[in-house]
Amino acid sequence: MINKLAMNSFSGDQSFKFILLSSAAFILMLVAGIVITLYYYSSLSLSTFGLEFITGSTWDPVSGEYGILPFLIGTLLTSIIALVISFPLSLIITIFIGEYFTTGMPNTLMRGAVELLAGIPSIIYGFWGLFVLVPIVREFQILFDIAPYGVGIFTSAIVLAIMIIPYSASIGYEVIGLVPKELKEAAYSLGATRYEVIKNVTLSYSGSGITAGVLLSFGRALGETMAVTMVIGNSNLLPGSIFGPGNTMASLIANEFTEAANELYLSALFETGLILFIVTAVINILGKIIIKKFVSGTK
Amino acid sequence: MGSKVLKIDGLNVYYDQSHILKDINLSFAENTVTAIMGPSGCGKTTLIRTINRMHEFTHGARTEGSIKLYGKDLHQIDPILVRRKVGMVFQKPNPFPTMSIYDNVIAGYKLNGFKLSKIEKNSIVEGSLVKAALWDEVKDNLYKKGAFLSGGQQQRLCIARALAMNPEILLFDEPTSALDPIATDRIEQLINELKAGLTIVLVTHNIAQAARVSDYTAFLYLGELIEFGTTKKMFTTPKNKKTEEYLNGKFG
Ligand SMILES: Nc1ncnc2c1ncn2[C@@H]1O[C@H](COP(=O)(O)OP(=O)(O)OP(=O)(O)O)[C@@H](O)[C@H]1O
Ligand SMILES: [Mg+2]
Repeated sequence: MINKLAMNSFSGDQSFKFILLSSAAFILMLVAGIVITLYYYSSLSLSTFGLEFITGSTWDPVSGEYGILPFLIGTLLTSIIALVISFPLSLIITIFIGEYFTTGMPNTLMRGAVELLAGIPSIIYGFWGLFVLVPIVREFQILFDIAPYGVGIFTSAIVLAIMIIPYSASIGYEVIGLVPKELKEAAYSLGATRYEVIKNVTLSYSGSGITAGVLLSFGRALGETMAVTMVIGNSNLLPGSIFGPGNTMASLIANEFTEAANELYLSALFETGLILFIVTAVINILGKIIIKKFVSGTK
Repeated sequence: MGSKVLKIDGLNVYYDQSHILKDINLSFAENTVTAIMGPSGCGKTTLIRTINRMHEFTHGARTEGSIKLYGKDLHQIDPILVRRKVGMVFQKPNPFPTMSIYDNVIAGYKLNGFKLSKIEKNSIVEGSLVKAALWDEVKDNLYKKGAFLSGGQQQRLCIARALAMNPEILLFDEPTSALDPIATDRIEQLINELKAGLTIVLVTHNIAQAARVSDYTAFLYLGELIEFGTTKKMFTTPKNKKTEEYLNGKFG
């Protein structure tokens, strides 16, 4: 009887392990498959253009010219400006939730709002951007005597900034929560004020974790497609100003894959995807490594 | 012995609805060590945290009664100033891990954004480490992180950090409960040396430790001050039955 029980749990354990391992293998194969597909379909473009694909600033499928510099710059500009706008906001939210209101109604409300922000489909952000933000930006552009596009890189950056707040803020307050209470108490016992404790203990201790959150939100901004496509203006030229239209790699693919009439055109779009994939993967992996280091450092 | 540095009168402390400390009357004489003893949960930590107003960081904590530092009501002094005059050493050594030993010692000044000249800094660092009996062990590694020190050294670093602020009173909350016997012995010696310069309040679970280092002992039980007097007297002829039972290890 005892033996039989032991046998049963043994085989149960074995099959559970098998399921785990095979799902893990399946997911790995899936990722590998995506990378291989991207590479496979890009190969024509890779061999045709080489490095010129990245340095070329003309994207003209009709005459067979494929340079993605305008989109590379557009992607980086929108994401970096978004980061600059969202960083102070998410830092404030991080401190609000992680330090000032760690319990109670304000905490629940703020957390709820951040989670809600994360759950909104990007098409809704795009709609909001197009119908609310674009007219506002246009008013300002008229006020400051700038060409009143409304749409453009800056407008996309604002939308992106709001979209990525939940990513850096939620990691931020998790990380702040890991700062040992003893360290804050030590600082208070030396006569530090709350502001001094936040600045010199909490933020200095959790700096790398917060940086990781910012990196992950950057990765998110790089790849965001729908909302950006709706408000960026989709101009395939090098952006003349951040207040004018531009385009990103993600939105280029979204806009043009249905029109890719020949093999080279399609391959060029795939290579764009491959580059976007590599950039976001590197940013994400970097962020994860920093977080892992931070968490193991707090133990 | 000397005059009273701190006087507690009719102190009651509440955490929300629960009444933690009940009508405590107690005073600490200058240049003495007072041990606070009592079973777990009786309110020892709560008591010393009201002395440097650290209890204000606990949600729902409320006090009644008066605490006077050199005759002045503690609640009329800026809490920041109170905490500089009344230093604290915690149960678990808690040096700042991202700071060097040097910066740990002057952390109080750094946190406040207080500007010191290099010469002043050096002399505070050396003076405090010497007082904390740590100088000889770390003088060649001042710019290394405090994390590579042993537990006992870390605790002495925390003592140096508190001493750097020139406190009148130093509160110790079971400072040796995380340390081995040798490190404990060093801290006890240190407490003995330090009392020449300031007034010490030592929370401890260790009856032998109280006997070794304290001049006065306060025995708390369920939030009440059961007995207070010279350590010698209390340990030889306790007035209260509960005190006697506690000292004989019947509970706690
Ligand atoms: N933040 C808090 N909120 C509510 N009750 C608390 C809080 N901190 C402590 N208490 C309660 O107050 C009482 C006294 O706690 P305190 O930490 O002062 O005891 P202690 O004598 O230091 O115990 P120990 O020897 O275990 O350190 C305990 O019953 C404890 O549960
Ligand atoms: Mg305690």
